Amino acid sequence: MKVDTQLPYDKEYITQYSERRNEPQWFRDTRLKAADLADELPMPKLEKTRIRNWNFTNFKHEVSGAQIEKYEELPEKVRVLLGEKSANDNLIIVRNNDVAYASLSKELEEQGVIFKDIFTAMSENEDLVKKYFMQEGVSVDENKLTARHAALLNSGVFLYVPKNVKVEKPIQVVFWQEDPEAALFNHVLLVADQLSEVTYVENYVSQNENEESVANIVSEVFALDGAKVSYGAVDNFEKGTTTYVNRRGTVGRDATLEWALGQMNDGNTISENITNLMGENSLCHAKAVSVGRGDQKQDFTAKIVHFGKESEGYILQHGVMKDNAASIFNGVGKIEHGASKSNAEQESRVLMLSQGSRGDANPILLIDEDDVTAGHAASVGRVDPVQLYYLMSRGISKQEAERLVIHGFLSPVVKEIPIETVQNQLREVIEGKVY
Amino acid sequence: MAGSTLEIKDLHVEIEGQEILKGVNLTIKGGEFHAVMGPNGTGKSTLASAIMGHPKYEITKGTVLLDGEDVLEMEVDERAQAGLFLAMQYPSEISGVTNSDFLRSSINARREEGDEIPLMQFIKEMDSTMDYLEIDKNMAQRYLNEGFSGGEKKRNEILQLMMLKPAIAILDEIDSGLDIDALKVVSKGINKMRNDEFGCLIITHYQRLLDYITPDKVHVMMQGRVVKSGGPELAQRLEAEGYDWIKEELGIEDETVGQNA
Ligand SMILES: Nc1ncnc2c1ncn2[C@@H]1O[C@H](COP(=O)(O)OP(=O)(O)O)[C@@H](O)[C@H]1O
Ligand SMILES: [Mg+2]
Repeated sequence: MKVDTQLPYDKEYITQYSERRNEPQWFRDTRLKAADLADELPMPKLEKTRIRNWNFTNFKHEVSGAQIEKYEELPEKVRVLLGEKSANDNLIIVRNNDVAYASLSKELEEQGVIFKDIFTAMSENEDLVKKYFMQEGVSVDENKLTARHAALLNSGVFLYVPKNVKVEKPIQVVFWQEDPEAALFNHVLLVADQLSEVTYVENYVSQNENEESVANIVSEVFALDGAKVSYGAVDNFEKGTTTYVNRRGTVGRDATLEWALGQMNDGNTISENITNLMGENSLCHAKAVSVGRGDQKQDFTAKIVHFGKESEGYILQHGVMKDNAASIFNGVGKIEHGASKSNAEQESRVLMLSQGSRGDANPILLIDEDDVTAGHAASVGRVDPVQLYYLMSRGISKQEAERLVIHGFLSPVVKEIPIETVQNQLREVIEGKVY
Repeated sequence: MAGSTLEIKDLHVEIEGQEILKGVNLTIKGGEFHAVMGPNGTGKSTLASAIMGHPKYEITKGTVLLDGEDVLEMEVDERAQAGLFLAMQYPSEISGVTNSDFLRSSINARREEGDEIPLMQFIKEMDSTMDYLEIDKNMAQRYLNEGFSGGEKKRNEILQLMMLKPAIAILDEIDSGLDIDALKVVSKGINKMRNDEFGCLIITHYQRLLDYITPDKVHVMMQGRVVKSGGPELAQRLEAEGYDWIKEELGIEDETVGQNA
């Protein structure tokens, strides 16, 4: 395979693209600066995964998606995420990078909740977007891919929950890549203001088993002082998509951020989930599950950095590998000087179902403070034959016994996915990938 | 017809190349309760595990038949389907699988597809059996054996026994680690199973369980063999006098399987 390292999209293209969309000048400038950086910066540094031959440059950047008028227009793949006729009134469906359906309950609107396409928000909520977009969370200049992200952004959602507002029902976004070649340069910006509460769930769906494409996703989540954010995701890109997904949390004083990520892509994937616990007494649970199959290669990083005193970070990653799939699971707990009385715990476990699969768990603790607690557990192994024996001794077939053990192994994350239909869909995706 | 028959003939079993069972003969019929007794390390769990098909144990000689069918040719799940049950000395812990999902899968594994046990019926049966065994209701939703106390694990094995209603059950040290109240409850469960159809092999190295469950036959294992068999009076003599008299009678110095008589 021939691999280009330079993009087929230059600054002239970017300028025209931005003009066609009537973007504010500040954002056009951001794009152009990012385009320069994208040329200069190196690819993300991965210790143990070679990405030299991955496709990062072959894709179609500009596509469009028609408005969705009726539930019946949606393919089964999307419908299962929504349940019956979509009972959810806080929902955005992004189709080929365009918001094709959007609804927000009157009640939330009246309370000042903002939930819309990120490009619209750049004009209508300029101050907020400008303040948070690739500033304190993910920087444009972290690596080539974050710079490309800003330069070529073609999709995104902005969610803002005002001070003290507690959103009870989950807010859902489905990103549906209907065009098999469509690249997704997608940004999710979620700001939960002081003492607010929100549950957000996103799904990525594509239909490109054969066509090559790229997903470059950055999520920035801000849980301001006292806020509680629960963030669930199921990534389900098909084999043709190479994914770079970077989810970043910034957590204030007494605030909580809970991640539950179902990393179910079928293509090569780099997934980075970093949370900075800035405030005193801040808390993060970073939970992720993944299944690797075929020849796919994946590199997962879950990292929590403690800045605030008495901050608590818990990482849990469980992965199942079959066929010739290979995955690296990096777990990093970092306690900065001054973050006394903090606690950093992590658990990474990999279950291998075949001889040809590979899984590596790399637990890392970096501690610059004395008065802290920390711990890690990591394991890579096969399904325990004695467990299978126990289950089979009750009449359960070997295959069903294995199924139970695998679902059980992945359940600590699956059960945390906030929307039941999405949880069920994740179970089915797991079922489909494992068998 | 009085239930099933389990015949163990000249059974030899190795673990990691070491012979543990050296020719065990035993026949259990529906309606009968047998006790296998013996000090630690005499091969009792090996016998139970070999019959059920534990992956670590290799059968080098002998046969096990259930109603004439060759058990040793069957996969573990087929042995269960055929009517065998083993309450294990050390049940596995399985994270993420609830006790109730596990039990329902086990019951449904015995039924035809499309004829699964109705959920309400299952819940009712499980509830009433748990009540009978004085098991805390939240155990249904806890993960299978995970974090269970020793006593909870044993009760949970009996819960499975009562729900699955096998033809022949082997209970391996079901009494170990139980206080007297728990022992009574577990015995009550086992006694409830007693009928003309149901055969049971109770493995224990204490006699105290047999104060609550009266066996029809008692066998003593030493050095990987059944060295003595008798009626309930044998268990009583063992309680009163211990095992030394048997060793003397048979000229055994070390009763564990490492030694040869
Ligand atoms: N996993 C094992 N690996 C090697 N030897 C074993 C293992 N399990 C048991 N043994 C041997 O078999 C003997 C009999 O064990 P077991 O059947 O568990 O005895 P019992 O149940 O009567 O206490 C033990 O004393 C030990 O020497
Ligand atoms: Mg034993």
